[in-house]
Amino acid sequence: MIKKRAMILVSNDPESIRLGANEIVQHLNESLATYGLQDEVDVSTVSDINHSNILPLVVVYPEAVVYGPVKASDVRYLVEEHLYKGRVVDDLLAPPKMLTGQIGWLRGHKGYNPAEQRIVLERAGRIDPDNIEEYITSNGYDALGKVLSEMTPESVIDVVEKSGLQGRGGAGFPTGRKWKFVRAAQGSKKYIVCNADESEPGTFKDRIVLEGDPHVIIESMAIAAYAIGADEGYIYIRGEYGLAYRRLEKAILQAREFGFLGNNIFGTEFNFDIHIHAGAGAYVCGEETALLESLEGKRGEPRSRPPYPVTKGLWNKPTSVNNVETLANIPAIIRNGAEWYRSIGTPSSPGTKVYTIMGNVNFSGVIEVPMGVTLREVINIYAKGMKPGSTFKLAQTGGSSGSIIPAVLQDTPMDFESFRKAGVSLGSGALLICDQNTCIVDLVKVLLQFFRFESCGKCTPCRVGTQRTYEIVERISKGQGKLEELDTLLDLANEMERASNCGLGQTATVPIRDMLKHFRTEVEAHIRSGSCPTGVCEMAQEVEKV
Amino acid sequence: MTVPTIDQNVASVVQAAIEKHGRDRDAMIPVLSEINRVFGYVPREAIREVRKQLHDPARQVHIAESQLYTLTSFYDMLSTKPRGRHVIKFCENAPCHVVGGKAIWDGLREKLGLENGETTPDNKWTLVTTSCLGLCSVGPVVLIDDDMYGNVTPEQISEILERYE
Repeated sequence: MIKKRAMILVSNDPESIRLGANEIVQHLNESLATYGLQDEVDVSTVSDINHSNILPLVVVYPEAVVYGPVKASDVRYLVEEHLYKGRVVDDLLAPPKMLTGQIGWLRGHKGYNPAEQRIVLERAGRIDPDNIEEYITSNGYDALGKVLSEMTPESVIDVVEKSGLQGRGGAGFPTGRKWKFVRAAQGSKKYIVCNADESEPGTFKDRIVLEGDPHVIIESMAIAAYAIGADEGYIYIRGEYGLAYRRLEKAILQAREFGFLGNNIFGTEFNFDIHIHAGAGAYVCGEETALLESLEGKRGEPRSRPPYPVTKGLWNKPTSVNNVETLANIPAIIRNGAEWYRSIGTPSSPGTKVYTIMGNVNFSGVIEVPMGVTLREVINIYAKGMKPGSTFKLAQTGGSSGSIIPAVLQDTPMDFESFRKAGVSLGSGALLICDQNTCIVDLVKVLLQFFRFESCGKCTPCRVGTQRTYEIVERISKGQGKLEELDTLLDLANEMERASNCGLGQTATVPIRDMLKHFRTEVEAHIRSGSCPTGVCEMAQEVEKV
Repeated sequence: MTVPTIDQNVASVVQAAIEKHGRDRDAMIPVLSEINRVFGYVPREAIREVRKQLHDPARQVHIAESQLYTLTSFYDMLSTKPRGRHVIKFCENAPCHVVGGKAIWDGLREKLGLENGETTPDNKWTLVTTSCLGLCSVGPVVLIDDDMYGNVTPEQISEILERYE
């Protein structure tokens, strides 16, 4: 049997066919025969992958190079250069902006859910989370074994740094660099802490990992501990996650039994154990210094920084605090290498991202796709479109401190750098998709109510700012707002961002800014005419505009 | 017949919680959570008892009642006040809100005659709002004790409430 060395996919949706996709297939077959490649290369067709302005598409595997738009007259040259001589034809490459999704590069099954690329969620839902043996038989603890037997702590950090992995809790700080800081910090006692206090509204990706694949967190914490020089770790899990707590508790017992935790792991000098600590309901504890305070048995009030946890963390010892999703990437990076990881996602944000999708769409749930997929792709492909009768108005990312994304930004690749440039934030990966019936004032009021409730009250700008901004937006929602109060909102936002002690107060202003930046007319309508354009807000009866 | 007084009961509950979670300062939140689970709130007697059993200058563990009270008032899952036999937690965050949460909240308030944080006179129900429970793909979400209800519609409210004694 002749081994196929390449495969070519041609888009064959109606639009592509109209633009000559059938001729392309015909030309491909002819050109391949000309170069004697017909037995080595397969040609196949694929339906629309939603890149309407670069059709027809030609995708060449295994390199996954995407060409588009391709004309029948380009085909012979393409076959000669790429398949015969092995050179990518730069001129025919699809524009990078259009490539963001890479969805065409993922292997999907016909009639099945859209293709995903699962690293973090590789095992969740596929193995029995209560059975360590199922984890072991799917490459579990291989990476830890490799690290302890073949690698120095420095080389582990080096691989993680080269992989380009950035923290998935929202801030996007490079994980390798964080570990390097902790390793370099003074002191012999260090800690690794897993931040499993997932409480951004709309975010439940970490819960899926903890409930579905608890051992991956244990394995990656052990790897992290070896890298930074820690012998003790804590998992701080939010109090509401009872099932995840029980699964982790069981997984830790099994790992101790199998010798993956405890003394002399894999017969080496390395000792490490994990404690699990449940929170008691406080959003602010997701902030790493508040989390450490809470771990120490105090109110979860953020500390002043510097010093940062990497030098003075838990019990004042150097501590690396890493998010669940971040950690879940580690074993795969160790097993497959930094290069492999960098080949996924975008150059500035390698890897995948787990998103939770919800709102006025046909499918709600969790997906894991490469960094750089656009919001439009998520809505059309993964969320299976807006609900009947719904049209897209806005999306809210990353929970309450995430941005409000208007329709014009739907095609921005979702990666750290592109979002930063567009002035929006990826946050924790929640995508709340809202339709035309959503009132911006009502939505922002709900977001601010959350901050008002969850502000820990330690610093004045946040405690008072979240209250006052809520009051103003509430007045607007009742038709009792004044135009000059919009300036007051921005003044308050400035002060909160400048003077708040932690991320809560500093980002509670994002919904206010986004509302006034993208939807000012709608806000002003509430004030000027005392009515809500979407009919959502209940106007106070006594309002009478003169 | 002797009925155990709340004081005796508190002492044994506190002792069991401490045995489970340890005597160090960082055990305080888990200990208070355990007490809250048993009584539905953290009674003042329990705070006194925790302090009595944990405060130990010889071991450098210094604990004041005020510290325990401030923890109880800070964390949302702990309550300083008695609650009804069943606690209804309604998620008031944006993901549940945009898929019809407000109608559920209005329905609950109307059916029970309660506002946020109130308890019915017969001590059966306490109604509170909560921040996101991480069940957003099935909003609107209502949590009654440990039972989760997703995709709740206003029509279902009566039927759900009737399940509880």
